[in-house]
Amino acid sequence: MMNRQGRKSGTGGIAAGEAPETFTGHSGLDHVEPLIFEIGDNAKTGVDLPAPGDFTPALGGLARQQPSGLAGGGLPGLSEPEVIRHYTRLSRKNYAIDSGLYPLGSCTMKHNPRLNEKIARIPGLSDVHPLQPISTVQGSLKVMDELAHWLKTLTGMPAIALSPKAGAHGELCGLMAIRTALEARGDARSLVLVPESAHGTNPATAALCGYGVKSIPANARGRVDLDLLKEALDDNVAALMLTNPNTCGLFEDQVIEIAEAVHAAGAFFYCDGANFNAIVGRVRPGDLGVDAMHLNLHKTFSTPHGGGGPGSGPVVFSEALAPFIPLPEVVSDGEGLRLREHPGDGDRSFGRMTAFHGQMGMFLRALAYMYSHGADGLRQVAEDAVLNANYVLAGLKDVMSLSYDGPCMHEALFDDSFLKGTGVETLDFAKAMIDEGFHPMTMYFPLVVHGAMLIEPTETESKASLDEFIFALRSLAEAAKAGDTARFAGAPHLAPLRRLDETAAARKPILRWVPNSSVEP
Amino acid sequence: MSGIKISEDHEWVSLDGDTATVGITDYAQNALGDVVFVELPEVGASFAKGDEVAVVESVKAASEIYAPVSGEITGVNAALEDQPDKINQSPLDDGWLFRIRLSDAGEIDELMDEDAYASFVAGLK
Amino acid sequence: MRYLPLENSDRQKMLRSVGVSSIDELFADVPEAARLDKLLDLPLHMGEQEVERRFAEMARANHCAGDGPFFAGAGAYRHHIPATVDHLIQRGEFLTAYTPYQPEISQGTLQCLFEFQTQVAQLTAMEVANASLYDGSTGCAEAILMARRVTRRNKAVLSGNLHPQYREVAETITQFTADELEMLPVSPGEPGADLAALMDALDNDTSCVVVQNPDFFGHLQDLSGLAEAAHAAGALLVVVVTEVVSLGAVMPPGEMGADIVVCEGQSIGNGMNFGGPYLGLFATRQKFLRQMPGRLCGQTEDAEGRRGYVLTLSTREQHIRREKATSNICTNSGLCALAFTIHMSLLGETGLRQLAMLNHQRAVELKAALARVSGVSVLGEAFFNEITLELRAPAAPVGETLAGQGIIAGVPASRLYPGDPALENLLVMAATEMTSEADIAALAAALAEALA
Repeated sequence: MMNRQGRKSGTGGIAAGEAPETFTGHSGLDHVEPLIFEIGDNAKTGVDLPAPGDFTPALGGLARQQPSGLAGGGLPGLSEPEVIRHYTRLSRKNYAIDSGLYPLGSCTMKHNPRLNEKIARIPGLSDVHPLQPISTVQGSLKVMDELAHWLKTLTGMPAIALSPKAGAHGELCGLMAIRTALEARGDARSLVLVPESAHGTNPATAALCGYGVKSIPANARGRVDLDLLKEALDDNVAALMLTNPNTCGLFEDQVIEIAEAVHAAGAFFYCDGANFNAIVGRVRPGDLGVDAMHLNLHKTFSTPHGGGGPGSGPVVFSEALAPFIPLPEVVSDGEGLRLREHPGDGDRSFGRMTAFHGQMGMFLRALAYMYSHGADGLRQVAEDAVLNANYVLAGLKDVMSLSYDGPCMHEALFDDSFLKGTGVETLDFAKAMIDEGFHPMTMYFPLVVHGAMLIEPTETESKASLDEFIFALRSLAEAAKAGDTARFAGAPHLAPLRRLDETAAARKPILRWVPNSSVEP
Repeated sequence: MSGIKISEDHEWVSLDGDTATVGITDYAQNALGDVVFVELPEVGASFAKGDEVAVVESVKAASEIYAPVSGEITGVNAALEDQPDKINQSPLDDGWLFRIRLSDAGEIDELMDEDAYASFVAGLK
Repeated sequence: MRYLPLENSDRQKMLRSVGVSSIDELFADVPEAARLDKLLDLPLHMGEQEVERRFAEMARANHCAGDGPFFAGAGAYRHHIPATVDHLIQRGEFLTAYTPYQPEISQGTLQCLFEFQTQVAQLTAMEVANASLYDGSTGCAEAILMARRVTRRNKAVLSGNLHPQYREVAETITQFTADELEMLPVSPGEPGADLAALMDALDNDTSCVVVQNPDFFGHLQDLSGLAEAAHAAGALLVVVVTEVVSLGAVMPPGEMGADIVVCEGQSIGNGMNFGGPYLGLFATRQKFLRQMPGRLCGQTEDAEGRRGYVLTLSTREQHIRREKATSNICTNSGLCALAFTIHMSLLGETGLRQLAMLNHQRAVELKAALARVSGVSVLGEAFFNEITLELRAPAAPVGETLAGQGIIAGVPASRLYPGDPALENLLVMAATEMTSEADIAALAAALAEALA
């Protein structure tokens, strides 16, 4: 059977349900892989270590008994080739940017350059302890100083805290500085305003900072309703947390009026910088009246997502907040660089976010990315990211339902009204994309539209790649409307596994392997 | 089940003497989807009308249950700990959540009867 | 630009498809006053060679651990990482995947997380573990917040011998929450005094006691008595482990009665990297599961009955619960957790025990060699791979002197406790499997000379 692109069909002429059942349970390149605990052995090891010699231990009588843990299940090991095969087989069950377009809106799944990985592994920069004498780490401090300079220049903000470990940690850092600044002027406030389209981390962070949260509705154009915002602003509001471009993929075109209103009320303007990729090199948040903004280095600056981390979330600050930012901080004292790690007399820093100095391994990767692109390349990144998103928008708007009129910034938001009456649910539509070879877009977020589908292609995609993606989505949308529901129900059909039972997982959580099934953890 | 009263938060209340049994409506369980976990109040705890008293969770959502009337908790449906799906299968019966001894009997009259609730729900669609 | 696939000809065609004449039209929503019409004052793009040259230059300005004898610890440790670990974590399918929100095409990441959670639970002898937090210090603060939710009490008592930066992080994170912290005084030479103070501080408001084992100065203690006392007072015992390799030799916190265990997991699979990214291990009892922060992976079945894994119990998390979430955390330390799991699978129970005993042996040898140096006394009796020296003179200048000779002698306590005269002469040092006899001899000789 030939498909609509004139290629041989993916199942080689055999319908999915008709493939022969294999004797092994494996399926070609896709192997059923047991858990390490089911194939390993407590006596087996994949490392050769010298045997400890004769000596008198000084463990104070607290030696560990073997084998350890629940029911003496221990920690099974394997030889090196077995470990490599096990994890290689597992890796092949993952979708990744390296293998295809990854259109998760609000996640900026861009290419992760391998040069970054090479740089992060230079022994002179990686094999360095965080508490070595300062005279021995001038190179590492220079990296931090350079990164700080680039990020401050790109955002037009005068101060920076590098240490936050991820975006949400950066949000907390920003809000803590705001609260400390307010308290320093004797101004106890209790509320943070958050647009209803915000990431969940925003309200969660505000709560952790001791603030109540008030949601601000969007207007009909998908932006913050300025009138409602002004109504909500009073001397009890500590800050507005606003993502810009927002999570509908739109630039908040009244951002300057918003900032002015926030400042007039004596509050601070926190910007969630998750979507900085859309404007890097073209707009400086410092010119928009922003007081604090975190930067997700794993989004805009290409550090790898790694299956969910580690992130890195430096925060840039305005002059008004600069005195309150956390330690440590790299400073230059004329003879070289040093780390200010402890507050001095009269210091107004709010404290310390983490042990040591932040995600240095990510700083190296992000700086390597910035050097590679330069001022010109970074601006091109924003332009290509926005162009790609608008190209997708233009290619789909007649068959899918666009939530707000374009142009969009780096991501395009659709809702599920085009599926109304087709019998195809949003989730089914997304899962069918897997069969077509794509990771689904972000679904059901933001919460401001019904059945949201948020597509962020990033600048990483070529025109050919976007054309294929558009073709796939158009075909699916047309199939749904034509009543071809079988392709959607129960999709994906061609992934390593079929749909998983999340209800059962949550009702009776099994969160670890248990050595002997008769033992309940 | 007859004679129940229903709140705008989709909680039904069935009064027996001074004690009411409380659960969520069929409409609510349907909107929530498969219930996977229920957090119930402690027996003996007191709540004012509108206080958060329990949480009903599905895979993708957590719904706070607000006290439809004020009073003291006299019993909870412990069977839900192991079988939260009773809320989906039998929201008005086996899936009840807790019993509460009313501190203000008049509050029950502020709730809707079944007909009023039916038109309330129709208005939501 | 090598990372950007679009050519100018593509861009022109695409602009036409979009229906605009220039890219500027797509940025029309940006207020005019905020539009940058020229490049920022930063260097232009560079080729790989030039980027590498710049970093090589910065690397040369460092003295790295491999350049000479090395004894720094204090929360970050130098261990050998098998080549296999770094190879596997760089497979693109692991490196460039996101959070496994689509389980059908993320079983690789998910099964690794399930293995990770099991390994952490086994290692700490606890019932359940999460898919990791940022690092040990932030995990410690999360444990304090969790203990408040579990006990509905708000006073946490922190050991004086808890890593000073962990104490600072806990103070920072709780300053605007309902938590109160009671900070006990530091007692570097008397770990028993610290334990006694923790027991004395327990009362009806105590949510938890937080204690590190081995403590910041390297002392190992049996925490079983503290666990009993805490439980009798209705409080939780939070045990912090900054050197996770110790668990290969030392009785795990779960067997001592811990309710929450927080570890810095860097030592297994992850380099020192000047302080990050690291790996927060977080384990607890099954009954506290719903109050645990962070991502969790659980086992289930697919529509055809095949075993598979999903992220689960997400209703605790910020993307669903928003301001009522157990934490604002939105990531785990995914790739670092994968490195940990692969390294642990290579080690196995046997390799881990060997590795741990090798570390301990080197520390025993280090202690013996330094005890013979005039002007040095070694504090404490029971330890794993870390010891604290009391020098005849302030430790920081001695450390600088030795650094000048290419020896990283350890971490002077004054780096972390500035301005405390009682701690000025203390030097915290670690020995690991990377430490050689020659390193120890060189250190002892240099120290003797510096103190002469």
